[in-house]
Amino acid sequence: MAAIAALRALRKSSSPCFAPFRTTFSQSIRRFISTLIVAEHEGGFVKPSSLSVLAAAEAVSKENSISVLLAGSGPSVEKAAQHAATCHPLVSEVLVAKAEELEHPMAESWAEIVKMVQQKGSYSHIMAASTSFGKNILPRTAALLDVSPITDVVQISEPRLFVRPIYAGNALCTVRYTGLDPCMMTIRSTSFQGEVNPSAAKANPATITQIDISSLNQEIVGKSKWLNLSSQESERPDLGNARVVITGGRALKSAENFKLLEKLAEKLGAAVGATRAAVDAGYVPNDLQVGQTGKIVAPELYIAFGVSGAIQHLAGMRDSKVIVAVNKDADAPIFQVADYGLVADLFEVIPELLEKVPEKK
Amino acid sequence: MKIMVAVKRVVDYAVKIRVKPDKTGVETSNVKMSMNPFCEIALEEALRLRESGLAKEVVAVSVGPTQCADTLRTALAMGADRAVHVDAGTAHVLPLSVAKILRALVQAEQPGLLILGKQAIDDDCNQTGQMVAGLLKWPQGTFASKVVLDKENQKATVEREVDGGIETICLDLPAVITTDLRLNQPRYATLPNIMKAKSKVIKKVTPEELNVELRPDIEIVQVTEPPKRKAGVILSSVDELIDKLKNEAHVL
Repeated sequence: MAAIAALRALRKSSSPCFAPFRTTFSQSIRRFISTLIVAEHEGGFVKPSSLSVLAAAEAVSKENSISVLLAGSGPSVEKAAQHAATCHPLVSEVLVAKAEELEHPMAESWAEIVKMVQQKGSYSHIMAASTSFGKNILPRTAALLDVSPITDVVQISEPRLFVRPIYAGNALCTVRYTGLDPCMMTIRSTSFQGEVNPSAAKANPATITQIDISSLNQEIVGKSKWLNLSSQESERPDLGNARVVITGGRALKSAENFKLLEKLAEKLGAAVGATRAAVDAGYVPNDLQVGQTGKIVAPELYIAFGVSGAIQHLAGMRDSKVIVAVNKDADAPIFQVADYGLVADLFEVIPELLEKVPEKK
Repeated sequence: MKIMVAVKRVVDYAVKIRVKPDKTGVETSNVKMSMNPFCEIALEEALRLRESGLAKEVVAVSVGPTQCADTLRTALAMGADRAVHVDAGTAHVLPLSVAKILRALVQAEQPGLLILGKQAIDDDCNQTGQMVAGLLKWPQGTFASKVVLDKENQKATVEREVDGGIETICLDLPAVITTDLRLNQPRYATLPNIMKAKSKVIKKVTPEELNVELRPDIEIVQVTEPPKRKAGVILSSVDELIDKLKNEAHVL
């Protein structure tokens, strides 16, 4: 670890006596992989989606030198920094930008911060999760750094060779990044679940450094203001990483009927999802939408009630381990991807399941 | 105020796409092409803002080969006042290059608002809007499900669909907005408007004329089909389902 830090310091050194030395050095250091992870936190912890990015960074290189960037205000960001410092053995540094105005992530300030951090750290890779946060911020940052980013990476075979889904996941595209550093990408978190040995990381916690954001260009940053976030408080596990997901389509017919689904979800310890049609009809809020432009999920068990199986919905759940479909229409396309299907009325099946399903342990 | 809308010609959303046997891409010849659904929503929003008196002119732009003009004709038929076609030939234009082209057009046209679809349903990148905003140093309201313009104070209040629910932000104009599905329901072009569109102007330019260099930083190595799922079974009762899930799939 110390050797890596020394190498990085040497590379950043602007001392003239190192100049000729540095040119040959920098050509071999070209292969030196270092990654800046633009991370999210909640309740004092790094979010699971950002932890998946760590697994992706490890896939880029087992010798990756990782810096985790967090921003926010108050004690929760400090606590998250502590978590970040010990969550993965490859994390060597945690960078924290703490200020009142950073309480809610806005793309304009985040892009300036990441650009500033990149100019100082010269990372070979910059990564974020493919969440609404990552998708909002990373491309803007890439434009500031004049590089082409890659969205929604599902597989990494080499430091600059990636696979990403296109056409709603109906095709997979293997791409090679041939541009200058940094190589920037967003990671589909359901594709990277790292089993991390926490004790290895805890033995050698990363350094936590505060970032000075006083030089942020207010002319750019001051043009947008956060006003409000309306979200539903729920006891249900997070849709993005639940082990079991139960989804309802428009056939549920009302918000009331979705409560039936919730009951089943509670019994199974599952998260509740919905199709675009159900959200459009107003039965459930938008954050339950699973699909090409909603959330991508890959649970152990996905049960779809009254879901026809449109291409755009399949895009969001086709990587689930076991898919169950319940639909009155035997010709519904969903049955083509389901492992187990029941051609039946969901209003009869759900109560029966409620009765017979074993209670979650 | 002028509103600029960027639209993209893509494979129609209902088409079942096929990967070419030589793995170089997806089959697009003899396949129905349409305006990207998110771009239709972007155009519709611009038209509504003009109709409510908050804007004077809607300019539609598109980057791509000759056939792009068809998509722009549709935009004109829906009600756009003018169109600009940036002819990039058959070159594969990356979002960063599209963003640079849009920046050049914005600098020439000086709109108060640039609206785009949040993503194209072919490459699913979801990058262009954010990139133009960065290049222009404009604020961005992405994944918009509602836009309210305050012309007097030159601000836009945007509700956005984010992972946690609906986020509301306020942007100083000029700004970039990218549209999400629930922002509006796009209109169909009526026959009289389709006829009127034939005489509307589509200006043609090239990336070179805009001083934009198309830099191919991402190389497509191959395009393949996703792994196929094993065929499933139709069961006959809830009891059977529970049994299979418990004892065969081991997920319950």
